[in-house]
Amino acid sequence: MTETIQGTASQIRDRPAYSQIRRSWAKLTRNTAALFGGTLILIYVFTALLAPLLFPGNPSAPNLIKSLERPSLEHLLGTDELGRSIMGRIIYGSRVSLLIAVGVISVGLLIGVPLGLVSGYYRGKVDFGIQRVTDTMLAFPGFLLALALVAVLGVGLKNTVISIGISMVPIYIRLVRGCALSVREEVYVEAAKAVGTRDTVILLRHILPNVMVPITIQTSLGMGMAILFAAGLGFLGVGVQPPTPEWGTMLGSGRVYLFNSPHVATFPGIAIFLAVLGFNLLGDGLRDALDPRFKL
Amino acid sequence: MLRYLIKRLLSTIPVLIGISLLLFFMLRMLPGDPAQVLAGQMASQEDIELIRHQLGLDRPIHVQYAFFFSRLARFDLGRSARTQNPVTEEIWARLPNTLLLAVVAITLACLFGIPAGIISAVRPYTWIDYVVTSIAIFGISMPVFWLGLMLVVVFSITLQWLPAGGTGTWKHVILPSFTLAAFVVAFIARMTRSSMIEVLSQDYTTTARSKGLKEQVVIIKHALKNALIPIITVVGLQFGLLLGGAVLTETVFAWPGLGRLIVDSILGRDYPVIQGAILVFGLLYILVNLVVDLLYAYVDPRIRYD
Repeated sequence: MTETIQGTASQIRDRPAYSQIRRSWAKLTRNTAALFGGTLILIYVFTALLAPLLFPGNPSAPNLIKSLERPSLEHLLGTDELGRSIMGRIIYGSRVSLLIAVGVISVGLLIGVPLGLVSGYYRGKVDFGIQRVTDTMLAFPGFLLALALVAVLGVGLKNTVISIGISMVPIYIRLVRGCALSVREEVYVEAAKAVGTRDTVILLRHILPNVMVPITIQTSLGMGMAILFAAGLGFLGVGVQPPTPEWGTMLGSGRVYLFNSPHVATFPGIAIFLAVLGFNLLGDGLRDALDPRFKL
Repeated sequence: MLRYLIKRLLSTIPVLIGISLLLFFMLRMLPGDPAQVLAGQMASQEDIELIRHQLGLDRPIHVQYAFFFSRLARFDLGRSARTQNPVTEEIWARLPNTLLLAVVAITLACLFGIPAGIISAVRPYTWIDYVVTSIAIFGISMPVFWLGLMLVVVFSITLQWLPAGGTGTWKHVILPSFTLAAFVVAFIARMTRSSMIEVLSQDYTTTARSKGLKEQVVIIKHALKNALIPIITVVGLQFGLLLGGAVLTETVFAWPGLGRLIVDSILGRDYPVIQGAILVFGLLYILVNLVVDLLYAYVDPRIRYD
């Protein structure tokens, strides 16, 4: 019995897909930059999860007596114009930024992946229609598209997520369509069609797993882009609204005090930079480990 | 070449129609009456009725679109809800400033990015390559508006060498254009590096070296010329990104460009101007892509004969 189990385990281990994953994992863990990126992301995730422990109290409660204080032992990163701890707001801001990043990617994936799969698999009129809409959306730089959508939908956290998410949709459509176009010509897809497998099953079981690598890479890079876009909208005053602690909004309000209190704008900027750097380094590492030919 | 140009021009028509549809439905997606939205919050009932009639909002939707499209084709974008000036006037007043910033920034980005990418590719996996690739990933991850503010802190507040904002002299252009350039230089350096590394491993590069040609000639004449297509692509794409970045940079440096206009219009809910500015950004992006495609055909003659 034990031998059978061991035999099965070694068979699974020796399967090409399994050894491919192991090879990629080994390659990823040997990449110092990717490990650094992954560590940065983990720090942010833990900061977001443990925010109430790291900063007890309300990060949005004003304390005007302490306004615009420089960094000190009491407030390691100083205070903002309303006397709120910048450290506390950055800690809670990690929750908002990660929430936005996850939300944006979910919108992009949920709309972009099915449309890309359908477009690449069915081709013809459906493909033509979807691609013309994609062309139109790609005629605008991503940030401008998000800005235009915010103009229509209005400001706030939910609309920031929807706007940036929609601006990411054409990227996923193009990415998935390109892969689906080549996978649909594979023999195993033809075989599945020949035995009468339903299109939905072919799309989900045979085509989707083959586009997972580029989707994974794009997701890591896209999370960084989402944080950057959200911070940009916040900075312009059309993203997440105060008093919610969002890094871009904090930077935008700190701009006014640049001459006398540059720390108000400096530290939120460093927080954005390190978070985006983490996702970009991890994304680059994933690309090198999973598919070095893949270019974005 | 003329046939290629005509073919390429025709291919932009569906995108132009798409943009017009996007702008048309943008207003109709807004909660409330589009005539009220276009007239602005201070407009009287008479003004609203006049706009409703002028825009044909009391007619069927396809007639409304046809009317809207014919106005767009004549660049009749209506009047600003805030200033009551024609939208085209507002845009023409700001467009040269944005173009100046974008052109200076993309030139700077190419001047720094392409040589950095070449050096990195010629000496791969050496300290200089690591320095260039590290700077590139830092540049890609850095929020452009934060970099702009930090440059103001250093060069305007601390050193007092350059103005913190505004326009007028060449000194006013330096900080905003460097900020914008930093945004795209990293992409250009990365693409130049990967494209050059690929070309430098090709047989024709080895042949050029074995003929005894100088390394500089091999790199510039044989390798760079063949590596140009992806570099041109990324420069074109970055020009679009740069237009997006201009919105933020213009806000940081109080630069009176199209980006600043669009932000002010969003904050002031001035929808005719938002529509007009988005249209111009879209047209600019299409134009840049067209120029990039024509450059392909110039750099690689095989493309225009395909």
